[in-house]
Amino acid sequence: MARNFIALVCGIIFGLGLSLSQMINPNKVIGFLDVAGKWDPSLAFVMMGALLVTMISFRLVLKRSRPILETGFHVSQKTKVDRPLLIGAAIFGIGWGMSGYCPGPAVAGMGLKISEAFIVVASIYVGFFAHKWTSSFSKNI
Amino acid sequence: MELNLENFTPFSALIGGMLIGLSATLLLLLNGRIAGVSGIMNGIFLSPKQEKFWRIAFIAGLFLGAVSFQLMNPGFFSPRQEYPLWLLIPGGFLVGFGTRMGSGCTSGHGICGIAILSRRSIFATLTFMASGMLSVFLIRFGLGVV
Repeated sequence: MARNFIALVCGIIFGLGLSLSQMINPNKVIGFLDVAGKWDPSLAFVMMGALLVTMISFRLVLKRSRPILETGFHVSQKTKVDRPLLIGAAIFGIGWGMSGYCPGPAVAGMGLKISEAFIVVASIYVGFFAHKWTSSFSKNI
Repeated sequence: MELNLENFTPFSALIGGMLIGLSATLLLLLNGRIAGVSGIMNGIFLSPKQEKFWRIAFIAGLFLGAVSFQLMNPGFFSPRQEYPLWLLIPGGFLVGFGTRMGSGCTSGHGICGIAILSRRSIFATLTFMASGMLSVFLIRFGLGVV
């Protein structure tokens, strides 16, 4: 129960951050990616602001033996830079540039009743299931 | 390169980014979880039952955070008008497919992974930033849209 409440509060803070920073605004996102046109560097500051906090805090938090409300940290132990990672990231970037949305802002945008955010979230889920389907298929060969 | 300085908002971007960093910190410190939105969204339908609720709560919070910001600052956003669906729908699909294949998105790799200097996250972030820029370039100059 406590963990669900914390997740809710963290989601709210995350949503406020996405809104204030305008990461939620697809024109702003495309302006940031448009380096060859009229470049709006604002979103680099979103990442800087977030990293200023997490680069210090994550190091301190991960020194603990365990999180406060859980028995262990759920952090990926993978270290290998492999093909699925790079190809997947490249595919994600193409979609990000086409739509102007990454997953967080698409969800938050639904809160603002922006109709295109609903369309993007639905399309993202189709992409999730397509990936699950194709990866189960390739394992069976 | 030309800078778009009329729309440049470094301070709100920086503070907004710090709020995102705070959210990721609290989720890790208290729940031991990485605030990666694509992974959390995906887990809502795929994880075992006891793993679903915190994910639903986080996603509901994201939604509510945006709603409360809108209530405090009405008129802050002017939604984009009539963006072509043929870019929006395949774009969203590629975001979903690519974030699963690449194990993360802007938040999981870009903010959480880079914070612990994960090589995977650093490479993933450089890759999706570069392909995102290429994608916008091709749409704008190749197809002449947007």
